[in-house]
Amino acid sequence: MEHFFSLLVRSIFVDNMIFAFFLGMCSYLAVSKNVKTAFGLGIAVTFVLLITLPVNYLLQTKVLGPDCLIEGVDLSFLSFILFIAVIAGITQLVEMVVERFTPSLYASLGIFLPLIAVNCAIMGASLFMLQRITKDPSDTQAIANIGDAFAYALGSGIGWLLAIVGLAAIREKMSYSNVPAPLRGLGITFITVGLMSMAFMCFSGLNI
Amino acid sequence: MLFSKKNKEVFVNPLGISNPIMVQVLGICSALAVTSQMKPAIVMGLSVTVILAISNVVMSLLRKTVPNRIRIIVQLVVVAALVTIVSNILKAYLYDVSVALSVYVGLIITNCILMGRIEAFSLQNGPWESFLDGVGNGLGYAIILVIVAFFRELLGSGCLFGFQIIPQSFYDAGYVNNGLMLMPPMALILLACIIWVHRSYNKDLQE
Repeated sequence: MEHFFSLLVRSIFVDNMIFAFFLGMCSYLAVSKNVKTAFGLGIAVTFVLLITLPVNYLLQTKVLGPDCLIEGVDLSFLSFILFIAVIAGITQLVEMVVERFTPSLYASLGIFLPLIAVNCAIMGASLFMLQRITKDPSDTQAIANIGDAFAYALGSGIGWLLAIVGLAAIREKMSYSNVPAPLRGLGITFITVGLMSMAFMCFSGLNI
Repeated sequence: MLFSKKNKEVFVNPLGISNPIMVQVLGICSALAVTSQMKPAIVMGLSVTVILAISNVVMSLLRKTVPNRIRIIVQLVVVAALVTIVSNILKAYLYDVSVALSVYVGLIITNCILMGRIEAFSLQNGPWESFLDGVGNGLGYAIILVIVAFFRELLGSGCLFGFQIIPQSFYDAGYVNNGLMLMPPMALILLACIIWVHRSYNKDLQE
């Protein structure tokens, strides 16, 4: 249980998807113009992560690993293709649910909802999990069972949500400030993210 | 015919005026993460160029046979297969670089440049134009990677490609490497500076 919380907190603050690994930048930059939409996308990403990571964990350890399906066969070279197929399938599901229950959010997210399928944060979390499965169970980053995979997914999702809502709030305020013309838009957003990332660096000594 | 004026534009524009990173805002994630040294940055740039060129050609050939509704899945599968091949080649021949790139090779699958260029270009154009577009965009991406990596490695560890560039006498005189350059935040701020310079010259890109 201790490991569960340690993994959760570390993946929110220390191994933050945006500030430490730059994952999911495309939609992060494009959808962070207003807090409400940003929050909706953050929730959608967290939800997709919560389903795909445990599924991919089971896929990797029960189906693709060495000697799992057939004795003496290691199918792990297929993991990229199968992971992306799982992610694309779940995203389709989320898209249908959002369209049915919150049409206004569906309209405001637009193209970025189906694009969650190619959001690096989700594929990235699956690939980082792939590295962490092989780690020693006593390591604070190790993912040893499906509960850990769940904690990692929840933490990464919340970390991403935190980052995008924070940036959206700053950008809403920044629209009133006088930014030099060549920096306006993309440039100043990068600098803002850089400064936020510097602030998050102070968590890197965190040890739980 | 092969190098008409239009084709030349398709190849040259992504290098500057419609650069995938600075203007189209595609593929930022990996551009920032692999640039703390020159060597991984160049390998990453070349891998993306190769994968982008091949997948553009394949999707351009398939564009009339694949139904519109399932095209995203087909694109993902084509790209994922190519990435798996490149990842295994890197593991076999450039193991140290493949360790340095870690998950970012696999993340080429979800690199927005690939999906963006396939959707925006190769589904409407023939294989040869798509090939040029792929190589052009891949190189445009690689150029930014190399520029960011150059400054980060030179100022952060005083080396280029792992060779010492800043002479020892500088360190004796009190010069210190700027460790912050190797940290994530400086990649973002360097990229912002590149965009700043680029947009000062290309005034019509300013918002």
